[in-house]
Amino acid sequence: MVVVWGIVGMLVGVIIAAQLIWPQLNFDLPLLTYGRLRPLHTNAVIFAFGGSALFATAYYVVQRTCHVRLAFGKLAAFTFWGWQLVIVLAAITLPLGITQSKEYAELEWPIDLLITVVWVAYAIVFFGTIAKRRVKHIYVANWFYGAFIITVAVLHIFNNLAVPVSLLKSYSIYTGIVDGMMQWWYGHNAVGFFLTAGFLGMMYYFVPKQAGRPIYSYRLSVVHFWSLIAIYMWAGPHHLHYTSLPDWAQTLGMVFSIVLLAPSWGGMINGIMTLSGAWHKLRSDPILKFMIVALSFYGMSTFEGPMMSIKTVNALSHYTNWTIGHVHSGALGWVAMMTVGSIYSLLPRLYNREAMYSTRLIDVHFWTSTIGVVLYAVSMWIAGITEGLMWRAVNDDGTLTYSFVESLKAVEPYHYMRLLGGLVFFSGMIIMAYNVWKTVSDKKPVPVAVLEPA
Amino acid sequence: MRHEQIEKSLNLMIVLIIVAISIGGLVEIIPLMFSSDATEPAENIEPYSPLRLAGRDVYVREGCYNCHSQMIRPFRSETERYGPFTTAGETVYDRPFQFGSKRTGPDLARVGGRYSDEWQRLHLTDPRALVPESNMPGYPWLLENTVDPELVTAKLKALQWLGDPYTDDQIAGAAAAVEGRTEMDALVAYLQGLGTNRRDRR
Repeated sequence: MVVVWGIVGMLVGVIIAAQLIWPQLNFDLPLLTYGRLRPLHTNAVIFAFGGSALFATAYYVVQRTCHVRLAFGKLAAFTFWGWQLVIVLAAITLPLGITQSKEYAELEWPIDLLITVVWVAYAIVFFGTIAKRRVKHIYVANWFYGAFIITVAVLHIFNNLAVPVSLLKSYSIYTGIVDGMMQWWYGHNAVGFFLTAGFLGMMYYFVPKQAGRPIYSYRLSVVHFWSLIAIYMWAGPHHLHYTSLPDWAQTLGMVFSIVLLAPSWGGMINGIMTLSGAWHKLRSDPILKFMIVALSFYGMSTFEGPMMSIKTVNALSHYTNWTIGHVHSGALGWVAMMTVGSIYSLLPRLYNREAMYSTRLIDVHFWTSTIGVVLYAVSMWIAGITEGLMWRAVNDDGTLTYSFVESLKAVEPYHYMRLLGGLVFFSGMIIMAYNVWKTVSDKKPVPVAVLEPA
Repeated sequence: MRHEQIEKSLNLMIVLIIVAISIGGLVEIIPLMFSSDATEPAENIEPYSPLRLAGRDVYVREGCYNCHSQMIRPFRSETERYGPFTTAGETVYDRPFQFGSKRTGPDLARVGGRYSDEWQRLHLTDPRALVPESNMPGYPWLLENTVDPELVTAKLKALQWLGDPYTDDQIAGAAAAVEGRTEMDALVAYLQGLGTNRRDRR
């Protein structure tokens, strides 16, 4: 399902990228307008693609590292079907315009309740499995998965508190600037925990596994885990720089966002340095290439993020395509490439195959992904800075140099370039789907030994 | 305490994680809820009229916030382009807020009165008829959909329950105020009132 939702989510992304160039592409159908499809795109890639990947790998990793079967097997099955139902409901309601309009929290209250139930069940299965572990220590990957599960529950519940008017409409209990602060406390940490802590959990299992090396520094993982989860929660206000949010909150948000660079890079360094002594494997193993490039994009995005949260930089970058580029170098470069690498690593083990059907195709996929992200990020950097500079340009007599629509016209070439980048990345996902299909349908099971705990 | 103890105790780890993630939100959000700057309406700011509220919900439904911000930042280039910068007191009846985070189109915080009703109507139906370079979608179906009076009444009641100062008379008259009006009427009314609480241009 990860692969399927990844493809669906990215296809919607490609469609809306094209709509920004050819607005006629919605054919004047309400269901297909940009304003309705864009939330569908973000929800599909974050919660359907990312979420399914997190459920699957968390369940796999927690069993492997605790040396026990999942606790409450039926409840685990419920979380799968419940989550798929959430996704299907999202895919129906968002194009119908049923939305709370809070980014990444658009889904209306009945679906929010369902998410809460599924999430609590997820927590019970996950922590229940850890509770009956056959080893003394809780493995690092599980700290990250655990923090991600707890925090997402807290964020989801508080941000979505609302009073229903009808089955399909509700009003937030917060208003104006308080609502804005609450939303970006949620929104930034949806990135920080859903797309970072959860995927670091994935990294801490699959990178050492694929490299055949132990984690570089255990001490570093302790330090960067606690500092990462504590500091991330302060960074939300950087989405509200120079708004009417009080200055003290903006400043706190900026300072903590800059500090956040340290624990983020702690994770990147720990992942990349795990390869010391195994760098030669990059030559023959495209799965490792995925992981290392993912970690590199993680490092790049977590440098770019703190930089953009400096108020002076943000004054230029906010509201522009630069932000869109930043999100995608994180979402495609880090999240998607780590997921893809992990799935290529996980799938043969899950289906008792020796390896994926074609290593050559993994390599092709690797290059389409990398080229796609780079095209995307570069085009959005240029577009964003162009917009920022054109909006603020003034003539000698103090009047504005450009009308708004001139800035839109100026970035059109980069909209094309972005669409191309998206298409290239998307084509890689199709290659992956083919490779996965051939691996699973191949009839040559090889038994895989499960090692006893030391 | 040695970290080993935490690694070996699931309960201890869960408790410490909850402590670690709680502090940031508590410090940044709770004081805001009790700050008069953030919660008291600015001069001339009143709860949305029934028709404008219906229009606002069309704005939310169509996802206008995906491309239009409603937050003018305190820079000269922005006050020159859009008008006086937005204050917190101007947004106290916004559930949810509509600041936006991307400007594919211009900011709308003070678009009210900038164009005629007829311009807005035409532009929303077919943007490229008026602005050839625009990449905004058209919304012709808003001309045909009508506002549901009963739903608007229910919305006002919910907002009153949440503490927005609607009078019982306003709620009783809400259905009549939107009877027979199209979603286009409602959206245009919403847009034309945006930011008009201040008359000075910058």
